Amino acid sequence: MLSANGNGVRPALIELTSARMKEFVRETEAIFWVFGFPLILTLLLGFAFREKPPDRIPVGIVTGPSAEARLKALSASPVLQPRIYSEQQGREELRRGKISLLIESSSQPVYRFDPTRPDSRTARVEADDALQTAAGRRNAFSARDEQVHEQGSRYIDFLVPGLLGMNLMGTGMWGMGFTIVNARMKKLLKRLIATPMRKSDYLIAQFLSRLVFLIIEMIVVVGFAWIVFGVRVHGSLWLFAFLCFLGGTAFASLGLLVASRARTLEAVSGIMNLVMMPMWLCSGVFFSYERFPDAAKPFIRAMPLTALNDALRGVMNDAMTMPQVAPQLINLAVWTVATYFIGLRIFRWQ
Amino acid sequence: MHESNGLAIACHDLRKYYADVKAVDGLDLSVARGECFGLLGPNGAGKTTTIEILEGLTKPDSGDVEILGWSWRDHDRDLRERIGISLQETQLNEKLTVFETLRLFRSFYKNGPRPDQLLRDLSLDEKRNARVGKLSGGQKQRLAAACALVGDPDILFLDEPTTGLDPQSRLQLWEVVARFRVKGGTVLLTTHYMDEAQRLCDRVAIVDHGHLIALGTPAELIARLEAANIIEFTSDPPISSDVFCNVNGFHGCTRRGEGWQLRVDSLAQAVPQLIGAVEQSGAKLRTLTTHEATLEDLFVSLTGRELRDA
Repeated sequence: MLSANGNGVRPALIELTSARMKEFVRETEAIFWVFGFPLILTLLLGFAFREKPPDRIPVGIVTGPSAEARLKALSASPVLQPRIYSEQQGREELRRGKISLLIESSSQPVYRFDPTRPDSRTARVEADDALQTAAGRRNAFSARDEQVHEQGSRYIDFLVPGLLGMNLMGTGMWGMGFTIVNARMKKLLKRLIATPMRKSDYLIAQFLSRLVFLIIEMIVVVGFAWIVFGVRVHGSLWLFAFLCFLGGTAFASLGLLVASRARTLEAVSGIMNLVMMPMWLCSGVFFSYERFPDAAKPFIRAMPLTALNDALRGVMNDAMTMPQVAPQLINLAVWTVATYFIGLRIFRWQ
Repeated sequence: MHESNGLAIACHDLRKYYADVKAVDGLDLSVARGECFGLLGPNGAGKTTTIEILEGLTKPDSGDVEILGWSWRDHDRDLRERIGISLQETQLNEKLTVFETLRLFRSFYKNGPRPDQLLRDLSLDEKRNARVGKLSGGQKQRLAAACALVGDPDILFLDEPTTGLDPQSRLQLWEVVARFRVKGGTVLLTTHYMDEAQRLCDRVAIVDHGHLIALGTPAELIARLEAANIIEFTSDPPISSDVFCNVNGFHGCTRRGEGWQLRVDSLAQAVPQLIGAVEQSGAKLRTLTTHEATLEDLFVSLTGRELRDA
């Protein structure tokens, strides 16, 4: 297959792969849909669902000789948002719940608040602490905060593996399906089989060129999510890359099957959407499929995108290892092999 | 090198029926090595089906095909190495350049010329780095011919290689065929241009509705008309053939629309007599043209229809 023949001619498999890659790179719109679209989607959804830090608690200070000093002291607290009011205005704001605590203008602070409101109690403790510290209180010991954020628990952490899976599905299936049907319509397939070209070389070349773009796709999406949203792969990067590869081949094979007989782009688009739609909806791209009825779950889990998304999420967010994602790996391998051989068997070259 | 009885292409009792049409209906052909053989006929005559069966791309319902003494069933790969094909309507990948396309096709064959050499031979070297999508019709056809020649084939199959091309592009393609033949190559081409067949082919088979209706050298076939010249005329009102069937050297006539086509020996004798006869019948000549007999006229006399719009 890879034997070079004389005259400085490169093997057919390499020529076919490079021809396919050039064809793709020279199609500007295709580049946008493969690389630009998922980035824009990640960016939009990431910002829409980003988690804000907890709001500061608004606190009022009644104007008086020490008001400015108190304002300065309370501003130092990361929890409070102090502001100066007249006495009447301050009480009004407190009554309406616009502020959680009011500090009277007396020389010794008087805290006015409603103890049934949790943030008022927090504000009371925080404000007192800040004022005491500002007045020169010395702490008996210095404590250190250790803040705990559960890894991979944000929505963006859920979303990025799902988007990557969806993107691998879309580009894999379209990349194969569109190219093959287009070549069939233009009688290019027929022209190719009129040469001594091995048919398997043609199909393998389609897979190889997909693989090259899959690597770029993976790096772009994951790198982008890491830089912009701090989404990290907590598990093994190699396992993660292998999952992407297996997902890519599964969807390329499925694309081959879908395109194996279609004669027009309309026909292949129709079948393609029919196959992809259930996976967009059910495979947990944007939301977990846990809410679907239990009876539906075995079918949902059997879909290749579900397997890919579950495994990508497991490795990315929960640092799962190879044995833990074995069921998903097997699922994807079965889809790859089964659809490839059925597709090859019923393939229409003319 | 595999040798056989010297025939490049042979087929016997070839049949291919589709649901609504008998595309090929019992065809026998044999083409000698080094010969240029033309399949001639109107659209829908079964030319493309025939050539694609010979190329091993379509399976016949029945009949035998031997190419270079080999059958497609047993020697598919060997044959693919030794024939070059230009299909009727292949659109090569528009995003690739001329050179990339040729290098791709070259990679499928064990032997063949260097792509650069071939581009020079086909006057495509100026377009070496142009995208296929930007080429003119003639350049595309020359590239298709280059892709057919890139494996240094023994037989070249060309399905309507010059359809829709301007005269200069046709001439360029004819030269490509001529040069291939100088090296001893065999050519099978289909065309519905009579002048192309007359100019290029050693022998011509005229097919219609999947049948062979005439076979021979262009000169033999024209001689079969038994007339060297053709007169075409229309009159007002139209007249019957009794009026002119006694002119000197009359060999036959065919109705063409409102008027007639006459096959005659000598224009100098026939034309004045025809004009006299028409006037005597009380009709007026509206148009009258003459030309030397061609394969086209043979087709008209054989089928009563014209080639191009049959």
